This record gives sequence, C-alpha cells and structure tokens, in this order.
Amino acid sequence: VKDSMRGLAVFISDIRNCKSKEAEEKRINKELANIRSKFKGDKALDGYQKKKYVCKLLFIFLLGNDIDFGHMEAVNLLNSNKYTEKQIGYLFISVLISENNELMRLVQQNLKNDLASRNPVHVNLALECIANIGSKEMAEMFAPEIPKLLVMGDAGDTVKQSAALCLLKLFRTAPEMVPIGDWTSRVIHLLNDQHMGVVTAAVSLIEALVKRNPDDFKGCVSLSISRLARIVTSSYTDLQDYTYYFVPAPWLSVKLLRLLQNYPPPEDTTVRNRLAECLETILNKAVEPPKSKKVQHSNAKNAVLFEAISLIIHMDSDPSLLVRACSQLGQFLSNRETNLRYLALESMCLLATSEFSHDAVKRHQETVVTALKSERDVSVRQRAVDLLYAMCDRSNAEEIVGEMLTYLETADYSIRGELVLKIAILAEKYASDYTWYVDTILNLIRLAGDFVSEEVWYRVIQIVINREDVQAYAAKTVFEALEAPACHENMVKVGGYILGEFGNLIAGDARSSPSTQFQLLHGKFHLCSPPTRALLLSAYIKLVNLFPEIREDIIAVLESDANLRNSNVEIQQRASEYLSLARNSTQDVLATVLEEMPPFPERESSILAQLRKKKPAVEDAIRARGEKQQQRPASGAADGAAASAAPTAATPTSGGGGGVKLQGDIAGAESNTDSDLLGLDFGGSAPAAAAGGGGAGGGSVDLLSSILDVGVSSSSSSSAAPSAASGASAQRKTVVVGAGASGSIVGEENWHKFVCKNSGVLYENDILQVGVKCDYQQSSGRIVVYYGNKTPAPLAQFASVINLPDSSLTNQLGIQVKPVGDRVGASEQVNEVITVDCMAEFSACPLLNIRFVYSGVAQSITLKLPLTINKFMQSSEMDSATFFQHWKQLSQPEQECQKIFQAKFPMDAETTKTKILGFGFSLLSNIDSNPANFVGAGIVQTKSGNIGSLFRLEPNQQAQMYRLTVHSIKPGVSKRLCELLETQL
Amino acid sequence: MIKAILIFNNHGKPRLTKFYMHYAEDEQQQVIRETFQLVSKRDDNVCNFLEGGTLIGGQDYRLIYRHYATLYFVFCVDSSESELGILDLIQVFVETLDKCFENVCELDLIFHMDRVHFILNELVMGGMVLETNMNEIVARFEEQQKLQKSESGFSAMPNRAVSTVRDMNLSQKLRDIKIPDMPSFSSLYQ
Repeated sequence: VKDSMRGLAVFISDIRNCKSKEAEEKRINKELANIRSKFKGDKALDGYQKKKYVCKLLFIFLLGNDIDFGHMEAVNLLNSNKYTEKQIGYLFISVLISENNELMRLVQQNLKNDLASRNPVHVNLALECIANIGSKEMAEMFAPEIPKLLVMGDAGDTVKQSAALCLLKLFRTAPEMVPIGDWTSRVIHLLNDQHMGVVTAAVSLIEALVKRNPDDFKGCVSLSISRLARIVTSSYTDLQDYTYYFVPAPWLSVKLLRLLQNYPPPEDTTVRNRLAECLETILNKAVEPPKSKKVQHSNAKNAVLFEAISLIIHMDSDPSLLVRACSQLGQFLSNRETNLRYLALESMCLLATSEFSHDAVKRHQETVVTALKSERDVSVRQRAVDLLYAMCDRSNAEEIVGEMLTYLETADYSIRGELVLKIAILAEKYASDYTWYVDTILNLIRLAGDFVSEEVWYRVIQIVINREDVQAYAAKTVFEALEAPACHENMVKVGGYILGEFGNLIAGDARSSPSTQFQLLHGKFHLCSPPTRALLLSAYIKLVNLFPEIREDIIAVLESDANLRNSNVEIQQRASEYLSLARNSTQDVLATVLEEMPPFPERESSILAQLRKKKPAVEDAIRARGEKQQQRPASGAADGAAASAAPTAATPTSGGGGGVKLQGDIAGAESNTDSDLLGLDFGGSAPAAAAGGGGAGGGSVDLLSSILDVGVSSSSSSSAAPSAASGASAQRKTVVVGAGASGSIVGEENWHKFVCKNSGVLYENDILQVGVKCDYQQSSGRIVVYYGNKTPAPLAQFASVINLPDSSLTNQLGIQVKPVGDRVGASEQVNEVITVDCMAEFSACPLLNIRFVYSGVAQSITLKLPLTINKFMQSSEMDSATFFQHWKQLSQPEQECQKIFQAKFPMDAETTKTKILGFGFSLLSNIDSNPANFVGAGIVQTKSGNIGSLFRLEPNQQAQMYRLTVHSIKPGVSKRLCELLETQL
Repeated sequence: MIKAILIFNNHGKPRLTKFYMHYAEDEQQQVIRETFQLVSKRDDNVCNFLEGGTLIGGQDYRLIYRHYATLYFVFCVDSSESELGILDLIQVFVETLDKCFENVCELDLIFHMDRVHFILNELVMGGMVLETNMNEIVARFEEQQKLQKSESGFSAMPNRAVSTVRDMNLSQKLRDIKIPDMPSFSSLYQ
C-alpha cells in the first residue's frame, strides 16, 4: 500500500538533517538527478508518483534552487481526471511557470477545458490558476469568458466568488480586455446576493470597475449603503459564520466603506441619512464596552472604524462626524496598542487636510510631538512626522519645525532625507521672518548636511537673493557658521555663494573684514570636492569686485598651479579665465560683469515637487487644503514658488555691448545639468547672452572675452560641455523648430495622397524627384525619403532639414534623421531614413526643407512630410454592443467632431472602403442599420497612451454629400481625424 | 491587493512563499531575504506594519506581519488594503491551519506544503481576499481531503508524514521545533 508520499517525507527529513550547506546541496542534486531520471525513464509514471516528484521539486524550489525541468510533467497532471493530481499540477504551474514559458499554450488549453467543465471544483481550479498567473495573455484569452460565469444564474456560489476575483485580477492587468456589456449592470446586483463570500468578492470587483466609469455603476451606492446598514445594525448572530470575534462581517464592511469612497456623498436625502446613521453607529460602537477582550475583536472592530473615518474624511461634508472622528483618533493616539497609534496618526494626517477638522487635529499637537520623541518604532515615528507636517500652519510652524529639527539629530538614517525636505518646505512656506528661515536651513545643513539635497540649498540662495531684507543677516550667519572648526561641504557652498554676493554687507565689522572672509572660505577650499572648489573660485572673483584690496591675494590663489593646472578642466578653466578677468579688467568692467545677481523668477518650489514625488497623496491633499482655505502666505517667495533651477542665472545684457553681468553660475560646477534645468526667460536679450547662459561656467566667461576683448584663452572653453543652445548650432542640424526661412510649401496635392497610402512620389520637378516609402508599427514609424537627381549634373551642397513649424510638435514627435551625404551624383538616387516616435497626439505637419546647388544656383524646396496622426492608428474590431457602448462613452461635445461636406471624388462604395482601410480605421459591418453607411474603429497608439477612436460616415448620393462623425477620447484627435478623412472623400 | 505572502522561520528559512506578481526566481529569493532582514530585527511589541523594502516596491507597499513562535507570516500589500483587515486575515489563516492540522506547527508547513497551499488558495486568490469564513475554508479543506482519500483509496491522515519521521528516531528533534501551544498565538486567544 502506498503511504502518503513517504519518499517526500524522507527527503525532507534528509535535508533537515544536513549539517552543512554543502551537504544540503549534495542531497538536493542527488534528488534532482533522481527525479530527472524518473521523468526521462521508460517506465510510465502514474499520477501518484508524478505528484510526489512535483511536491519534491516545489520543496527544492522553496529552498532557493532554480527548477529547470518538470514543467511538462506538471502540465500533464492537468489532464488528469483525478482532482488531486490536477490540483498539484496547477499548484506547480502557479508557483513555477512564468507567463512567458513556452508551455503556456498547453496550460491555456487545459484551462479552457477546465473552465468549461461541469464540475465546479475543476472550474474553480482553473479560475484560481488564471488569477494567480494574471498575465496579459490570460486576460486576452479569458477576460471575455469569465463574466458569463459571474452572472450565470446556475453557477454555484464558490464559482461566482472565484470568477469575480479572477475577473478583477485580469481587469487590473489589462482593463481593455475586459468587455463592457450588460453583465456590468447585473454585477451590481450581486451586492444583494445571499452568500456573503460572493458579496465580498463582488464588492472588490465593483470597486475596480467603478474607477473606469463611475457613472455606469452609480446604482451601487444605495445598494452598498443598504447592505452596510444591514450588517452594522444586525446583531452578530444574523451573519453566523461571517461574524469574526463578535464583529459582523468586518471584511465586507471595510470593502463597502471603501467602495463608497469612490463617490461623493449621496444626493438623495434618505440614502444620505441612512449612511450617516451607519457611520454614527460605527462610531458609537467604538466607545461601547468590548464584547470580547481578545485582540482580534478590537482589531476587527477598529478595521471597520478606521475605514468609516476614511469615508467621513473623503465626504468632507459633515462637520459633526469629522469632529467625532477626530476625537476618536485622538483617543487612539495614546492607546496601548502600537498598531492603533500608527493607524491613528495616519488617518489624522488626512483629517488635518479637511478645513472642518484641521483645528481639531491641531489640539493633539503635543501628543504627536511626544510620539515623535518616545515611540520605539520607527514606522510610528515616521507617521508622527507626516502628521506634524500635515497639521502645520502659520500659527504653529516655528514650534513644529523646532521639534522636527530636534528629532532630526537622532532620526533614523532612512527617513532623514524626507525629514529635511519637510523642514525646508515648512520653514519656507510659513516664514514670516526670513531670518528664522535662514537659521532653519543653516541648522539643517549643520545637523544633516549629507541629507540636504541640492534643491534645498539652491532654494535658500534663491530666497536670500530675492529678499533684500535678509541679505545682511544671511551673510553674517553663514560667516559665523563657517567659523566652526568642521562644517559640511553644503555649508561651504552656501557660504561661498552668499559671501560672494553679499560679503560687503558685513565687511564693516572688523571681525569679518574682507580678508578674513576670504581666508575663512579659502581655509575650507582644500577639503572640498572639485565642484565646490569651482564654486569657490567664482565666489573669489566676485570678492575681487567687492573688495579690490584683496585682489592680489586672490590672484595668487588663481594663478597657483593647483588651480591653473588642475586636472579638473572646470577648475582649470575657471582659474585661467577668472585670472585674466582679475588681472586685465578695469574696476568699471569688473563692477558690471560681476554685478549682484538679479532676483530669480518666481516659480513653484522644486523642493515641494520633490516631496510630492515621494508622497503624492498626502502632499496633494495638503495642497488642496491650502487652496481651499486660501491661506496662502502673502509674500511671493513664501508662496512655495520660485525658480526650480539652481541659482545659476544668466542675465540679459543690460545695455549695449559693454554691460554684461557675470553669467552667474556661481553655483556652478554642476552647470552642465543646471543649464538644462534653467529654462530662464531671456526676453529680448542678445543671442550672445543666450549662448552664455546655456553654457557652463567657462562658456559664460568665454562670452565676455569676445565682448570685452580681455584676452581670455578661448581654447579651453571648448572643454566645457556644449549647452543645449550653443552645442546644437555647432553640429549640422537635422531637425529644427519653428525656423522661419522655409519658403512656400509645394507639392501639397501629392501630400494628400499619402493620407491613405504609404508610398509614392511626394514631389517632382525637372531636377529632383522625391519619393517616399513608409511603414508604421504601433507608435513608431520609419519614413524613407528617396532623392533622385534627374539631371546629368550633380547636385552640390545637398542638405535636408525637418522643420517643426509648431513648437508643440517637439513634445509630440520624436524625430531622428539619418542624413544623406552632401552630394547627389548625376542620375543618382540617395535615400534618407527618418524614424519617428509618436509621443502624443499631434495635428501640425512637419516640413521637409531640401536645399542644394544646381549648376551654380541655390535651390530650396519645402514639402510637407507625409506624416499624419492616422498613420499611428491601428484598426480595431468589435461587436456592435461594444461599439455603441464606446460611442456613447465618447460623446462629450469636445470628443465628437462632425462635418458635412461635398464629395470631392466619385462616391463609389468600394473605393471609399479602400480609402478608409488605408486610413487606418476598421470597417465594421452589421452595426449601422443603414448598409450604405460606414462605421469603424481604430486606436491611435502613442508613447503616452492609446487613443481609441470611432467613426461613422453617411453618404448621401442624391446631394453628393457626406456626413462624417468621429468620436475619440482626445478632443484634438477627433477633429484632426475628421479633417484628414474629409480630404480623401 | 496582496503582492506576496511570505512565511519564514526565525532564521529566515522560507516555509511558504507565494508571489502574486511576477518576479524572477532569484528576485524572489532576494525579496525573501530583504523582508526577513526588515521584519526580524523588530521587537515583538512594536507595530505590525512597516513600509516595504526597495525590492518589493518601497513606500507604496506595506509589510503587514505577525510573528507566531518560530514563524513569521508576512503579507506585502498595496494601499488598497486595510491594515487591520490584513492582520485579521493572517489570524484567520493561522487559525484555519491550526484547525486543519490540529495544532499546527512549523513541521506541518514543511511536510504538507500542498495542503498549506490549498488552504491559502481558499483564502487568497490572485492577490485578493477570497474567503474569510474559517468554517467554510475548513469545510472545503475537509471535502478535499475526502476527495483525495476516495481517489487514492488509502487513508491520508494529515499527521501521517510527521509520524513517518517520528519513526525514524527524530522525535526528540521534533519536540523542540513543534509549537503545540504557540506562545504568542495563545496570547491572542486569551
């Protein structure tokens, strides 16, 4: 008699008895060899043996070993009629077969069979497996089938339950695969199902579907509320097995409360009151004596309570409920259970964003601060920080920032970075006194310099530069900070920058005389990294301007070998250029060149943006509150708005040629990246200023050299990375934006032919023939342009440029050109390959400008490139229900575009069909009741997403007119598709 | 949604792992190690939630765990799950195991991996909570055992494998590992 897999038990105990890793490995390898030989052997294995070996493999896998065989055997087990074998086969597959395994097809076939089985146990196994794998392929194959199981009257409860979750999984993987149909309306009614398990599964599914189109599921609101009411008010005996430690159906309650958070408070008064009653009952139960002392009881009860509070916060409409919620959470803040304290802090964070409860939350400030100081668990302390951040406003900012700074000293490394950002933001946002702001940031650098990101110290400089009243104080404070025996490199950067700009404001004090300032800065120089040294060099040249008396000291530093011959090009270049500037310029020139930085343009703080990246939800909620209460700080700088870039402003020329300010990348060894961030508005400044602003530190001074002729070596400037502006002009451009000189466009007629086809002659004259062949796949395309020289003489200086007439095209299309040579020989044909990526929908048309010299005469031809949005469209097939469903969904006024127009070509149905298919739409039959009409669908594929589009074309033979209607998700797309198709009919 | 369910012992040895999102095999092992590192250094009376490690998705994911005697039960979930709800779910899982195995211990998990997977599959499907009613799960489990028995024609008592091992003079060792009373467990039952 076979026992229950004795071999497996023996193997496992063998492994457990292994004394060393090597012994274990050896035993495993022996077993693997054994299994492999059994699988390969002549003797057919029976199901039991297969099962045993598969179990062994699973165990070996669990120990962390790769399993590279046995998959086929597992798949074979699926064919078995025995449940046990089938089940173990499915287990192996869901643990060990990844979605791209070549056996997946076989698995799918088995899944299909089992799904169609009359045995619900088999159906369930299949559903489970589909859900566990949950791949896109699974969705493609099974998503259309599963809804039937869900709403079929005679399907068992367990099948319904599994089907709901399986469908949910597939919906999450590939929502587009889950069909919309009448089942969607029937699924809502599962909320009334007798079986609580079915209801729970259905709520999960509905909650996901609701997010796709809330309006279709509106009915679930009142159904959920009445279901919730029945649970909340029932005595727990009603729900028998679904009562968990005296709490009736906690999971279902939680899910229902979650589902309701997708909708605004119900409009119907009866329904709304019913919901309020439920929420009150839940809040009341929280203060009733517990029905059990077990932790499970309070856990389950509180799970429901927290979800109810979330819903109250979400509705944000009932002040009395909000305040009750807040006081309940306040009690949890000092609960014995760490879990509750954690969750209370978290929920309160959301509550703080509601204007009704913000003040109520503030009352708990002291408790939260205590939590920050005394909680043993970093997870909880982290929540306390979040809450302090959320409850902070003008009234308590100094206190909260102070507490956070104290905490920073001992905070876990893992959260310091975020804490620093939070402190920086609060200090800026609620600063009424900017000396406090400056102190706070310098404290930050002192306490956690390593965690102070560039954004933070850039920001303090921007603010100091923009606020005259704080400049002297800032100079004094950084000076004092630099006097400390050890200070963080970030402090040196800030100190260098600020003293370079405003050192003169404290020079009157003998303790901070010009030469002391310089010596203090230079004392740190050798300890700093090259970027900081480069920054200090810029500070020194600024000091030359502020304090002529220390000029010689600075020249000595600049001309030392350590700088002038530094292996770092940036340092070398700055040293040599600044040296020339210091030696050769008159005081007037220096004063103009090195003038104080102008204020930075006000923008949103980049720090805030960074934090939002980390904690999107909370940050947005807090911002929303800010807007609601309109308690924006008054001063511009405090508005959370300022330049996002480093303080490396390039400023326009202030007058004629002479008055160039130093392109102040004082901050700038990082200027290569900075220049990209800059995007400053150069206004009407001379192009030279733009080039300098874009360039790195060296580049900017190099600019001066050409204007001022002070003999700065310009060769070294080539070492600086080319900027976006100047670098591009150096190379031969293949794509330009908005260049004006394109001349008039020719060959427009031929261009129209390309809307529905992909190859042909685009343009032809006596000299040149331009042919085009293109192919498109999804959001990418390849256009080959053939230039044929029709003459017996060569075309010289041949060049082509793609011109984007509309600057928005630069974001919409990614164009790359493999350019042709500069000469097209007699009767020769050359081709140019243009690759295009469609980043987003577009409607303007790129131009192709061709220039060459033919027998001494320069020629220029501008053509429209046959590149239109429909090229990225793939036809899409669907049944009539789906078509109408989509059609209805996309019927917002801006999503629909309709044109009635005169036919330009003979109205022949076959020709029209060819054109429509060539255009990219599908042709769907049996949808329109009038067979003469054409309907179809297509999906425009862009890198930023797919844009589903539908059309209907109604010909009127008598009037020789068409009516064309296009529906599309994106407003611009329906218009453009409509325009383009019109030209073809 | 639940991204992964990991059970490992106090030494980090995995006893059951189930991933509901695709990870390559070596990534799975890394996730297990990372999670063990994060969870095992925590005291027993701190809170049961923490932010996920970098491999599992960082701040957007939470680890919700319980520590029972020699075993950690860790569920990695996204923000759409209720923390306390998942904590209760772990409890339901363990209580169900306890009912099905009559005093569950670490060895049961090792020797009856298929059954543990079966129970888990009844509880969670594709990363979503399927059934929370313990009695229902136990009933389905017993049904399955019956089916198994009828199919193979011999009696497959859950404890058979363990007793097989006991026959091999390992009983002393077993007693050390077995968790009949499950210390932290019993404190939850109190």
